Parts: sequence; C-alpha cells; structure tokens
Amino acid sequence: MAIEHADVLRAAHLARLGIDDADATRYVGDLSRILEMVDALQGVDTEGVAPLAHPLDATQPLRADEAIEPDRREAFQACAPSVSQGYYLVPRVVE
Amino acid sequence: MHDLTLAKIAQGLAKGEFSSRELTQHFLERIEKYDSRFNSFITVTGERALTRADAADTQRAAGQAGILSGVPLAYKDIFCTEDIRTSCGSKMLDNFKAPYNATVVEKLELAGTVNLGKTNMDEFAMGSSNETSFYGPVRNPWNTDLVPGGSSGGSAAAVAAGLAPAALGTDTGGSIRQPAAFCGITGLKPTYGRVSRYGMIAYASSLDQGGPMARSAEDCALLLNAMAGHDPRDSTSVSRAVPDYTQSLDAPLKGLKIGLPREYFGDGLDAGVERAVREAIKVYESLGASVIDVSLPHTQHAVPAYYVIAPAEASSNLSRYDGVRFGHRCDDPQDLMDLYKRSRNEAFGEEVKRRILIGTHTLSEGFFDAYYKKAQQVRRLIRQDFLDAFEKVDVLMGPAAPTTAFTLGNTVDPVQMYLQDIYTIAINLAGIPGISVPAGFHEGSPVGLQILGPHFGEAHLLNVAHQYQQATDWHIRQPDLP
Repeated sequence: MAIEHADVLRAAHLARLGIDDADATRYVGDLSRILEMVDALQGVDTEGVAPLAHPLDATQPLRADEAIEPDRREAFQACAPSVSQGYYLVPRVVE
Repeated sequence: MHDLTLAKIAQGLAKGEFSSRELTQHFLERIEKYDSRFNSFITVTGERALTRADAADTQRAAGQAGILSGVPLAYKDIFCTEDIRTSCGSKMLDNFKAPYNATVVEKLELAGTVNLGKTNMDEFAMGSSNETSFYGPVRNPWNTDLVPGGSSGGSAAAVAAGLAPAALGTDTGGSIRQPAAFCGITGLKPTYGRVSRYGMIAYASSLDQGGPMARSAEDCALLLNAMAGHDPRDSTSVSRAVPDYTQSLDAPLKGLKIGLPREYFGDGLDAGVERAVREAIKVYESLGASVIDVSLPHTQHAVPAYYVIAPAEASSNLSRYDGVRFGHRCDDPQDLMDLYKRSRNEAFGEEVKRRILIGTHTLSEGFFDAYYKKAQQVRRLIRQDFLDAFEKVDVLMGPAAPTTAFTLGNTVDPVQMYLQDIYTIAINLAGIPGISVPAGFHEGSPVGLQILGPHFGEAHLLNVAHQYQQATDWHIRQPDLP
C-alpha cells in the first residue's frame, strides 16, 4: 500500500509532529520504501493464526485498587518546563 | 585493571589487591584520557562514583561486601538514574534528570556496584549504528572509522575500550547483540520478562529487554544474577525463580545438540563472517557437541513484522513527550497544539520521526488489520519456528550480524540499515534469549557468534558460551590504545 503526501500530513497531525510541506515530501519517499518492505507480509498465510501480543502469552496481573505510590509532586515537577503553585502551565486553552 | 574481567575484578577486590576507589579512579582516568576518540559516554558521574566506591570500601572493611561490591559499571542512557541526566540519546530529554531509579539500577546499586556514568546510544534506541544520537555518533574502538553498532553502541564501545569493565544495554531488535558483535564483547539479551523494564525508557514495550554487556559469559552471569527477577512495578516481568547463573557455567558440553538455521547462512552473509562462525562451531564439535541443520522458515518475514510492531508501539510510547510535564518545550507557543507540535518536531531526530510516522500510519483507521494485526499473526508463526526447532536441538547458532562493523556515515537508505538486523530481530519477536560471543576477526574487525536458547534458557546459554571462552581467547582481546 503506497503512502501519499496527504497520508504523511495526516499521520503527522495525529502524532502531533509539526512537520512542514517540504518535510512531508521527503518522508513520502522513506516511508514508501519502508511500507513496500512491510507489504511482503501480505503474502504470508495467516488464516486461523491468533495475533501474538506478548511473547509468553501472559495476561496482565491484577492487584487491589489501592493507592501505593507516595506523593512526589515536587520531585516530578522539578523537571517540568513551566509550573506554578503545583500546576503545569500551558498556553491558555479557554478564552 | 582495565584488562581484567568482572570476575577477576571481584576477586581482586575480595583479596584486597586493589580498592574500589583505586579501581574507579583508574576507569575514570581512562574515560578522561580516551573517550574523546569514541564518544561512548554522554554523562560521566565521577564524583558520585568515587563516593560510592569509598562506601563500598568501607563496607568491605566491615566484612559486609557482596560479590559485586565496589565493581564499576556504566549504564546505557536509557535507564533512569535518580538525579542524573537520563537523555535516551535525544534532545527531547537533554534536560531530564530522572526522579527515580530503574529497578535494575536499584538492584545493582543495592549489590554495591559503582555507576561510572551513562553511555551513548541511538536516539530512543532506534538505530543499528549509533549514528542517530543527539550527542553525536560513537566510534568503534577497533577502528574509529567504523560504527560500534547500535543501539547500545556506547556501552559496547566503553567495554571494548576498557573504559568500563561492564555496562548495561537494552535489546529491542538486536541492540545488545549486534554492538557486542561489532565491538568484540559478550552481550546477553535475556528472555522477555526476565529483567524488569521499570525505569527503562520504553521504545517497543513487547520487545524491549535489558541485559548485561561485558567481557565474558561469566561476567554476564554475575550481572544477570543481580538484575533478574519479578518486579511488581513491571506487569510484564515474569514471576519465576532466578537460578544462580554462575553455578552451571562449568557443565561439560558433551552431547550438546546445536542447530544451524539454514536461513542464517544464506545470501547476504559476508564470507569472512561465515568462516569465523563455522570455525567457532568446529570448536564446539571438539568439545563433544553435535551439529544438525534446522530451518526457521519464517525468518524472511521477521524484519517486515518488526517494522510494523516496533514503530506502532513506539508511536504510542513516545506520545508522552508533549512538552508539558518534562523534556523539551518550544519557545513562545501560540496555543496548546502549537506547543505539542513544535516541541516534538524540534526535539525528535529524523529516525525517531520516521518511526513515529510509520507507527501512527499503520495504527490509524483503515490500516490496523492489514498491518498491525497481520504482523502480530506473523509474529506467532515466527515464535513457532523457534519452538519447533528447540524440540530437536538444545541451542541454535549462527552469526549475530551479516557483516562486521560498517563505515560510519555510509548508510543512506533506512531500509538497508533495517535489513542489517536480519539475524537478531526474530529473537525479540519470539521473546527467547540470545547471546553474542566474540568468535575471531575478519580484516581486523570482531565477529560475533550468536547462540540462542528456549525461553528462560539463560543458564544453559551462559554455560555454552562460557565453555567456548574456556577453549578460546577471542573474548579477552582488547584494541591497542596508544
């Protein structure tokens, strides 16, 4: 399946990557070659084969729904780009 | 001291031949003197290391030292280390000091090891040559015109050059084994789930696994003893007893059945690499092993399946870098969307963006079944190939990579680079353990023999590798550093 300029821009928007038109043109070539390689999978007979998500077919263990982590807000916010009074600051969202 | 294995270093410390401070000082001096040539470290934690070394010496004087007390190590810069920059080779995390330690770091610190610093790597572990690092490429200590392999190239180069006696790496598609092969050291990728991934920055969560990179299989066994085990903080880590991996190293190999996958000796394999690998297999025959040909019929589909699954998981894992909570933020964002888009576009490198775009595309509406689901189905077939092979043989052997280290700056096409990982990628898809062991040289560059075993077969793999290292001395060779 080929990838086109519009597909690259769509994926970039979904992934919140601010690439420009010229970048997208460049990625069309690279991504097309990758998808061309990947397309070989379409020829493999997988009729009746269950998808494998975890190499040991393990399932997620469950635990009681209890708070077990200590509050380390200050430590975690120490590496944030912009905080004030314990909040993360971002540009105004609601006018 | 830099020519000693970890096992010998542990002995020397126990006998009082040198202190941890002397040892640590020695390695720090070597990093200072030589690393400008190799660029194998992103961050050197000299002062902290000496403080830790003194603590280890005090502990030893009090008769409380464990086997790894005072032993210096380096960590790939993908492992979170509290209050120390953890960059993952990316501009995105250039300013990120981890607020906590990865579980393996915590375990190794508890064992008394001394952290020398954080090693260079391909950005977010995406690469096979260490050329995608924000901090510049790493150079191969055997020949600085060549790449060290990747993505754990800094760890491999540091150990090969004697700048650290051992280092930790991670392996998602070959990132421990291929650089170990290119740099002439021993590197083990454990079974998926054997070592906790908590605090190991995620690339492709169903494939990533941390492991030791050192000068011998015995050294890897010592480190794996301290690293392995269930971790309640990693739900994919496996609750299963950890054996003492050093206990079985000396078991004789008489009767060992080695399978040679015919797909690993086909087109594209460099003749010099094949020669060295076949020589190594002859050594095994002389130790009493028998060799049979086997087939892993889905081998050719491993690289395509990987380049659906790994980028898909990466696109999801890397969505956390939003410029809000940590990491790079662009200047003067106009609005929230602009903040996300510019922060991410400015701070991710080309290869990372490529993989995010591919992963986002293949997971998007209308493409999911054709790509991701199909790749997961093929993944089951690939795993089945290995399960079938291990019905007939104890281990599989072949080359770790089709060539020796290639020239830095030479690869233009990403797909050509991806195909380099043909012999390592299937192992991650199947979740089995694999080790690369130095097996000689071709035109001056090290060749790696890859040995594969069934799930949780690490003890046997290390035994098989160790016996070869008792019969050969490739693993203890080091490049001359004038």
